[in-house]
Formats: sequence, C-alpha cells, structure tokens
Amino acid sequence: MPTLSEADSKELLATFGVPFPTERIVSTADAAVDAATEIGFPVVVKLGGDGIAHKTERGLVRLGLGSTEQVADAAAELLAAATPDDGEVHLLVAPMLRATRELIAGLHDDDQFGMTVMLGVGGILAEAVADVSFRLVPIDRVDAEEMIDDLELQKLLGPFRGEPAVDRAAVAEVLLGLSAAATERDDIASADLNPLLVVDGRPVAVDALVEVRA
Amino acid sequence: MSADRIPAERFRALFEPRGVLVAGASTHPGKFGFVSLHNILACGYEGKVFATNRDGAEVLGIQTVADIDELPDGEIDLVFVCTPAAANPDLLRACAKKGITAAFIASAGYGEAGEAGIAAQADLVALADELGILLAGPNGQGVVSPPAKLCAQIVGPFPPAGHIGIASQSGNFVSSFENYAQLTGVGVSRAVSAGNAAAVGVPDYLEYYADDPETRVALAYVESVGDGRAFVERLRGVAERKPVVVVKGGATAGGQRAAASHTGALASDDRVFDGAVRQAGVARAATVEEGFEVAATFASQPLPAGSKVVVVTTVGGWGVVAADAIAGTDLELATLPDDLMADIDALLPPRWSRNNPVDMAGGETRDTVPEIMRLAASHPDVDAVIFLGMGIQSNQAKLMREGPFWPDHGLERIVAFHERQDARYAEAAAEVSEATGKPVLVATELAVTSPDNPGPAAVRATGRVCYPSANRAVVALDHLWRRSRWLARRDLA
Repeated sequence: MPTLSEADSKELLATFGVPFPTERIVSTADAAVDAATEIGFPVVVKLGGDGIAHKTERGLVRLGLGSTEQVADAAAELLAAATPDDGEVHLLVAPMLRATRELIAGLHDDDQFGMTVMLGVGGILAEAVADVSFRLVPIDRVDAEEMIDDLELQKLLGPFRGEPAVDRAAVAEVLLGLSAAATERDDIASADLNPLLVVDGRPVAVDALVEVRA
Repeated sequence: MSADRIPAERFRALFEPRGVLVAGASTHPGKFGFVSLHNILACGYEGKVFATNRDGAEVLGIQTVADIDELPDGEIDLVFVCTPAAANPDLLRACAKKGITAAFIASAGYGEAGEAGIAAQADLVALADELGILLAGPNGQGVVSPPAKLCAQIVGPFPPAGHIGIASQSGNFVSSFENYAQLTGVGVSRAVSAGNAAAVGVPDYLEYYADDPETRVALAYVESVGDGRAFVERLRGVAERKPVVVVKGGATAGGQRAAASHTGALASDDRVFDGAVRQAGVARAATVEEGFEVAATFASQPLPAGSKVVVVTTVGGWGVVAADAIAGTDLELATLPDDLMADIDALLPPRWSRNNPVDMAGGETRDTVPEIMRLAASHPDVDAVIFLGMGIQSNQAKLMREGPFWPDHGLERIVAFHERQDARYAEAAAEVSEATGKPVLVATELAVTSPDNPGPAAVRATGRVCYPSANRAVVALDHLWRRSRWLARRDLA
C-alpha cells in the first residue's frame, strides 16, 4: 500500500489537531542552513519523499546538528544518498527536541474490528514492552481518557525526572484527532505517530507515516 | 447468526415453552434421545412432554409416537431434536404444522461436518426461517431455563434458579458455569449452548437477556466473534442495560501481524478485542471461574458508587493479602476517616490495626463483627466492604463435634455459639449491604474446602457468593466498580 511522505503525513494529520514541531521543507543544502538558522540550533535534518518510508533504517535521519557547517554537510550527504527509486526528494529541517518519555500512537485497520486507534508506550522497546491500548474508531473523549488510563506504566505519565506530568487532555486530543482523521478520510489505511515525544509534559509527534489506499 | 435483532417474544418458546417434544427419543439410556427426555422429566418441568420414536416405543413412561401428526395441535412450543440430520427437514415441517415455534437441534452433521454438512445447515436455516421456527444449535448441548423448571440438555447439572443468563459457543462451558451455580447457590435464569450458531448466535441470546425480566446479568463464553465490530456494538447495546461478562477463549491464538506500521505490529487480536470490549462496557473475565463469580456478583450485589474499599478481618495475614490484591486493581484501600476510626476504637481493644485493613486482632466479642461491618459500610467515604476470616470458629467447632469428647465438657454449648456466630456474620454482611446499598463481600477458602461450614452455608442462604479467597473477591468487586464508572462516565447510571 502506498505511503505518504513524512511531510504530507504530517500535513494531513495536523489538520486534525495532531501537534507537530515547526518544520521547514527545502530542496537544497543552502536552504537547509537558512531554515536551521531560523528555527534555532540544534536541528534534525531528514531526507523525505513519497518513496521513502523507513528513513531510520536507511540512515536518512541526522540528529542534533548544532552548527551551520554540520547542517550543510548533512544536507549534502542526504541529497547524495537519494536513489532513483525514491522519486522526488526534499529535506525536512526540524528543531531537535529532547524528551525522556516517548509514546506511540496510530491507526490500524483490523481484519475483524475495522479501524482502530492505538496509544502505547513508545521508544525502541515499544514492541517488546507492548504496553498499548486500542479502541474502535470513532472514539469520544471519555474513550480517549480511558485509553490513557489503560496503560500499565502510569508512572511514566506522572511527574518524571524533573519534568511535569503528561498533559492527559493533550494526549486525548491526539487520539481524538487520529480518530477524526480516520473517520473523515476513508482512504487512510494506517497511521503511525512514532515517536510521540513528551516535551515539557506535552505530546509532540516528531515523525508520522500515513498509509493510504490506492 | 442473525444480522437483525430477533424479537424477544420469539425466545419465549425456547425458554418458557408450554409443551416440549423430544424428537428421536431413545430407549437406550446412553443416547442423547434418552438423556434429554430424562432430564426434562427428572428436573420437574411442568408443561406437557411428548416424544417421537421410530418404533413408537414407551420411553421413561412416555408413550411415544412414530409420526408427529398423531400429536395434538397447539400444545407444544419447543422441539428438542436428536434425530439424524437427514431426517430434520421433514421433522421441522411436521413440527410447524403442530404450532411449534422453537427448535433446539442437538443433532450433529452440520456446519462442523464438511461441505455437505455446511450445505445441510444452510438449508435448515432457510427452512426454519420459512416455517417461522427459532432455530437453536445445531450441534449444541441444550437449553436450560430454571424458572420454567426446564432442563432440555444432554448433560448435567440442572442449576438452581436465579438471574444469570448464559450463552456459550462451547457446550461444556455451559455446564461449567452451571456447576459453579450449584456450588455457590447463585442461580441461573437461562443457559444455552449456541452450538454451531447457525441462525441464533451468542449476541442474539444476550440481546434477549437484556429484555428478559428473569435475567439480571449476561454471561458468555466466546471463541470466534466473526464481524468483530458488529459483535461489540451489539454487546454494547446489552451492556447499556445490564452487566455483560465475557470469557474469551483463544486469547493468545491470534498473533501480531506482519505490518508496515508499528501500530499494526502491536495490534494482536487479543489487544484489539480487549480494547473493543472495554469501550463497549463489557466485563472481560480472564478465567471461567472468574467469569462466573463476576456474573454472580453482578447478580447479587449492588454496584459501588466509588472505588474506596474497607477490608475487615479477624486474621491479619488475609488483610495484608487483600490489600495487595486491591493495589493491583482500579479499587483503592480507603483511608480510615477519623470518625470511623473513633467508632471502631470504642468497640475493640487498643491492639486492633487502627488502619485499613481493619484487623480486629482477636479483640472481637459477640457483636463486634456485624457492628464494624455496619459502621464501615454506612460511612459516606466508604464504597464497599470486604470481610475476611469467617468460618474459623465453626471449623474448630467441627473438630469438637467430630472428636471423642463430644458433647461433654461444655463442647455442645460452645459449638452452638461458634456456629451461630459465623452464620450471623454472613447474615449481617447481607443485611448491611441491603441497608446501605453498597457491596459487602465475604471470602474464605472454607467456601470450597468445607462448604458445609455454617459460615459459607449461611452466605449461600443469603443468595450471595462466598468467595474462595480475598483475591477473588477483590477481582469481582473491581469488575463492579469498573462497570459503575463506565456507566457514570457515559451518563448511563
């Protein structure tokens, strides 16, 4: 099934209220440097495009770039790494967000139950920990709040290592946004917000991948 | 399974038939056609009972007929079918002519039996539909309806009458739930094995239970749910009206999918099912015994308005374990309010725990236990009470009663006191619960290790469950609290 580029995935989900960091889409290394300067260092630079679904596995994400030189070098390398299969590509420049807590959220079209929305504990151990909660789309606010309550690792959601408690209402908004997206856009086959970082207690999706039905 | 809701009145012929016909009655006591007739007759069914037999033989005192045409018109509502699959289409036609409107098909050889069986099943469904017969089964174990004294099933037991409505995709689990009904004394309103569920499936029965005045809580065992979305939407409709408890078999069978998305990779069948039933307000039980106990608790206790529990115990360790169990649920151990603390202080010597769990530490006298249960349950900051440590006195009394010194040395008098005390505790728990409208649960392993102990026996006499452990009482209470909260959050309370 075709996937939307990260930029298009974010644009689609942002219209349903999913919070993303301020980002710039550019096509040259020079423009990437300008964008980074505007956003403020450090930044993340990623190579994006409709044909690119798994950036991390291909080394197409450069994190924590702290200077104009680092951004310029990374941008040039990323553009050079594009293959003909990737089609049209661009550079995505975003602030480097720091978070000790990661969630994951998404949409999954289940064989038996149809479209579902998920919230889980994220990070590299997400699938091993599998602390997740599903509901059938559409959900209401009570359902969204109960999904948050379902998670076993409630301690992660309270005040944690000097950071405030997770803003549960804001997490609920993310889930309601995903549900609304699935309801209004029946071409959405799946969606991932991974990770959904918790920055100063508020959820911010720093990556998004939407699969659409052809 | 029916896509549209089956009108409730159509189930009356299945659960409250005016007369029953056993088709294919046998003289061989090992055959379904004998056993089903035996159970209908032996369990006190008060309607008229008829039977067919190829040779018109007498079976269990019933003069059978070889031909349904010989039976009276308009006196029979339900046919229990034990005849071979090939004979059943003609049989149903003949039954329809006699005014029969429900059939329980115990016969095998249908959907479970290859392509020919699948075709025969489809034909049977179409025929029953055309004839206006509600078709239960095929390949099912039977139906019981204790309020109608009806035991039309090919196995035991016949459970006591009560308010739990059971529907199961496995016949054996109907028996398991019925066995627990016998053990606990918390009875059954209806129980049916859906068999192949050709025309009537578990959600159809549950929807009927929502309407059925005899049923207060629906209990189901399911393995496959087909269209999962339709299944949970229908269960939600029931759950908005009555508690629904589901035990799901094959919970670990569905693996994660090879999915492009991380969300898909995390979406195992069980996780999606679990979320869907939570959303629908269905209480999902992890085991068969939990399923029954939760249903029995819904049937016999009021819902708690909040999560705060007071544990009252005569024995310290049980209180500690109960507190641990509560910590693993959505319930919470209430902080003892000052006024309640002071009230208990007045009743117990200073060595009591002065904390929740309320450990009386052996300081109780004749009236202390009922009085503390009443104080705790009556307090506005307490939503539920669990009482532990009942039956200990009667357990000692049993040793005395059975020992060589009985009845001398004052044994007779003290044994009578002990046994009366345990019975009083059980009665007080029920009275306090009724007076306050709050759940009061009693647990002791004596419920299973020594069911005749006057403590558990008196709990059964109040129509409530004597839980075999504090943990099981806590699990049951947690389900009640979660339903109470589900209703309140959706303005359904």
